[in-house]
Amino acid sequence: MFELPTGAEIQGIIASLKVSVGFFIPEIYLSLLFMFLIVVDLVAKGRKNSMLAISTLAGLAGSFFFIYQQQSLHAGEFFFGMYVLDEFALFFKYFFVLSGIFAVIITMADEQFDREVKSMGEYYALIVSMVIGMIMMASSADLMMIFLSMELVSFSAYILTGYFKRNARSSEAALKYLVYGAVSSGLMVYGFSLIYGLTGETNLIKTGAALAAQGNTHSLVLMLSSLLIIAGFGYKIGAVPFHFWSPDVYEGAPTPITAYLSVASKAAGVALLIRFFYIAIPHGTLEVSSQTGIDWVMMLLVLSVGSMIYGNVVALWQKNVKRMLAYSSIAHAGYLLLGIIVLGKFGTQATLFYLLSYFLMNFGAFYVVILIANKIGSENLDDYRGLGKKMPLAAAALTVFLVSLVGLPPTLGFIGKLMIFSALLAKGSLYLWLALIGIMTSVISLYYYMLIPLNMYLRESSQNDNKEMNPGIFAQALMAVLMFLTIYFGLFFTPLSHFSKYASAMFGITLN
Amino acid sequence: MLSLIVFLPIIAGLIILAVPSSQKQIIRIVSLLAALAQGVLSVLIWRGYNPALPGITAGPGGSPLGSFQFVERVPWINLDLAGFGPLNIEYFLGVDGISITMVILTALVSAIGVLSSWTIQKQVKGYFILYNLLASAMMGCFVALDFFLFYVFWEVMLLPMYFLIGIWGGPNREYAAIKFFLYTLFGSVFMLLVMIGLYFSVTDPVTGNHTFSLVAMATQSNFIKDSILGPDNVMWRYVSFIVLFIGFAIKVPMFPFHTWLPDAHVEAPTPISVILAGVLLKLGTYGMIRINFPIFPEVFHAGMYVIGIFGAINIIYGAMCALAQQDLKKMVAYSSISHMGYVLLGLSAGNSEGMVGALYQMFNHGTITAMLFLLVGVIYDRAHTRQIDKFGGLASHMPHYAAFVTVAWFASLGLPGLSGFISEALVFVGAFSSVTTRYIAMVSVLGIVFGAAYLLWSLQRMFLGQRKPDAAYDLVADEDGHEHIHFHDWRGKIDLDGRELAMLVPLLIITIVLGVYPMPVLGMLTSSINKLVEVLSPVVLSQL
Repeated sequence: MFELPTGAEIQGIIASLKVSVGFFIPEIYLSLLFMFLIVVDLVAKGRKNSMLAISTLAGLAGSFFFIYQQQSLHAGEFFFGMYVLDEFALFFKYFFVLSGIFAVIITMADEQFDREVKSMGEYYALIVSMVIGMIMMASSADLMMIFLSMELVSFSAYILTGYFKRNARSSEAALKYLVYGAVSSGLMVYGFSLIYGLTGETNLIKTGAALAAQGNTHSLVLMLSSLLIIAGFGYKIGAVPFHFWSPDVYEGAPTPITAYLSVASKAAGVALLIRFFYIAIPHGTLEVSSQTGIDWVMMLLVLSVGSMIYGNVVALWQKNVKRMLAYSSIAHAGYLLLGIIVLGKFGTQATLFYLLSYFLMNFGAFYVVILIANKIGSENLDDYRGLGKKMPLAAAALTVFLVSLVGLPPTLGFIGKLMIFSALLAKGSLYLWLALIGIMTSVISLYYYMLIPLNMYLRESSQNDNKEMNPGIFAQALMAVLMFLTIYFGLFFTPLSHFSKYASAMFGITLN
Repeated sequence: MLSLIVFLPIIAGLIILAVPSSQKQIIRIVSLLAALAQGVLSVLIWRGYNPALPGITAGPGGSPLGSFQFVERVPWINLDLAGFGPLNIEYFLGVDGISITMVILTALVSAIGVLSSWTIQKQVKGYFILYNLLASAMMGCFVALDFFLFYVFWEVMLLPMYFLIGIWGGPNREYAAIKFFLYTLFGSVFMLLVMIGLYFSVTDPVTGNHTFSLVAMATQSNFIKDSILGPDNVMWRYVSFIVLFIGFAIKVPMFPFHTWLPDAHVEAPTPISVILAGVLLKLGTYGMIRINFPIFPEVFHAGMYVIGIFGAINIIYGAMCALAQQDLKKMVAYSSISHMGYVLLGLSAGNSEGMVGALYQMFNHGTITAMLFLLVGVIYDRAHTRQIDKFGGLASHMPHYAAFVTVAWFASLGLPGLSGFISEALVFVGAFSSVTTRYIAMVSVLGIVFGAAYLLWSLQRMFLGQRKPDAAYDLVADEDGHEHIHFHDWRGKIDLDGRELAMLVPLLIITIVLGVYPMPVLGMLTSSINKLVEVLSPVVLSQL
């Protein structure tokens, strides 16, 4: 029977909530920003869109202040163990807010919005709600909370993907995204329910402890539930074989959303993957796999290898730059998973570092793709011919980002790969073969990435007009800054590395 | 000093970036000045170099000082790797006898390449920016003593080279450029894994930290005993050696990894061919000497004869391919493969004579092949074809050109009195005196015969005899009845002009002087090579 709590208990709950709210300020602030933007949209109707965009930018930038304040707080659980605040979560808070800012900036640059939609009303508010959702994904410590936050992200993303209402490709993308998303969330929740059935707990730490206490009595069920949960997370990070949505969605969605999804949403999936599996189903301390020989590390391994090979090989045949980058993002999901497979702090550090590098180079690449599409109205590889002369800075910047995506020095992407492969080799020869696959596939990736500079520089455009196209002074400056940062951090990457090391501490638990 | 010589071209590149692209002459002059300054610096380094210090490994006390010279060493990146410890990457430059010869060669060839680039008309600004980036990266590779730094320079070379072939190349340039890129990247990514493995296995004797320093890696006692590439891990040491070796062999290029080279050469513009053959190929063998052999000496010892066999294949196969070529430039490209085979053969001998010969051959091949490619470029500029059978009887109409070609061709086939002879002779002396490579050397001598055949035959077909009916030029008789040569759409001087002479004469002088008096180069090499041979010798290895 359900018993009403006594007055003292209610007092206790309220006191605990009060304390918890103190740890929840950035999220509250962002929620207020979300509502504020809707009001702004009502008030500012009929005026230029830039007002909305600028208030979003200012609002998101303001949240840095509150996140920064949290750095001095002690790591811990609150809201009855539903939610945590630790270095790992803080890292992702910065990461997601920054990616929200970038998404807004490149949206402002994208002229396709002027043609396709009349009002930008909900758009910016939805970007903010996605930021909130992703922050909560990275901070969840409870199965229920994980599910709620993931759905918040997914729903926002579905709408944003289909934001070009009259564009068939955009609507198709949104529908595909929705269908795949619904199925994989369903699978994931089923996996959660199995875990709950095994342990009677929804809190991750308690789940981990309960599973450790059980030993390997239910290893088959545990394996099944791991598989189901990986289906849910794998969908978010776009790893093979849960990637089927991503090429169509990435191609059909508005390009800023493509960039946003490919960086931020993937990172949120990675954050969740690390936190969930490291904490709830600890590997190595218990032989969960003794009957079947398959545990979640093994599954991630398959996902990773599949993603690296499939993403890179299929990208070879793409003629559309956006679609090519979509396949490349599948491949990068594979590289990210490599760091998780290593387990422990070094692997986490490498993964987080790789996320930072991927953030810079992928947003950069999509930004240039948008600027080019503004001018030539196309994302086809063949239409990129002769751009080296027409848009010299854009072409140079795109080349730098692509070189970084391949992983060649002196760019940040190289250091990202270096960290991942170092983490693999730090385990001795155990994962050497994985590193070999990673390296072979990055050679393959060189071919298709270089197709873009090849068209821009080596081929002349069919119409012989070599007049320069200027994307505007702000865009030029931003491209130059991003290009400079990609190279600068490729040579002096100490701060990023320290940041990602700082963030590899979770719950105050030392991973080994 | 070394930083300056490395980064001068990049500084020039940055200046060029600020120059409007219509000011072609200024762009060229800035590049030339940078290249000349590099030359001056290289002479200063050469004068200040003390040939008695050996290099290769650390000097007394584990410090590179006292062994390497012009050392610049500052911490570059300090990382803290979670659960592993600090990662130190140093900005660490220095030269020993092996690198200083290559530094001088690079400065020389870069300057000549700039002169040769004077005729480039298309997108001059972009061309020289990339050219300068390439020049910096090449120089950086030869002076870097930190593996990470070396790797960065090594990879930075790829992209400019890709564009230089791909934008300014011949009709089939896209294919050649991407083939070059993929081949060399394929080789170097494995190097990345070995580099990480070495990092985990080696500690700096002074600080006790893990290190990327090539100097520390060259001493076997710095390896951690049970690490992944430690002395007990025989299998991985062999695998690493082979993987590294292939990475460098692709650059050399060694059979069967050579197929990118003829394509790249045929499509590349003349100055890029000069750089490619003159400097880039040397990076392959330089990498073997600097990295592969001293780090894995016991594997080198076990595999000496294999390297020798591949060297012999290179020599003979390259020469036979050259014999079959109709395209003059392709012939020279295959002759490069053949001549780099001598370097491999010399290295495989494992003794001082062979190794000194190999190093000297690297230097001489750099100067001679640069000359060959320049000469091919001269005739291609005029006739717009390089087909050997489109020429005939050129000697009487272009006497200066014919003279240069003759000397260069003879230097290439190893005529006594010219520099190529001495290096090839030393290689053979070394190879014969080593038991493992004696029979390989005997077979390789055939290469000289083939070499003479293709060079003399092409010389005869192009320069002697009469104009062929389908030749690439016409003979026009003037009032006095003298016949003059006339190239279609070529308005310049028929014979060599001033700029071409300015490029060829210094190379020619070097070839002749070093053929008569090789000591300036050999003197610098000897102590380093002796040290290397000592490091590689079985006696030292058995003491480990």
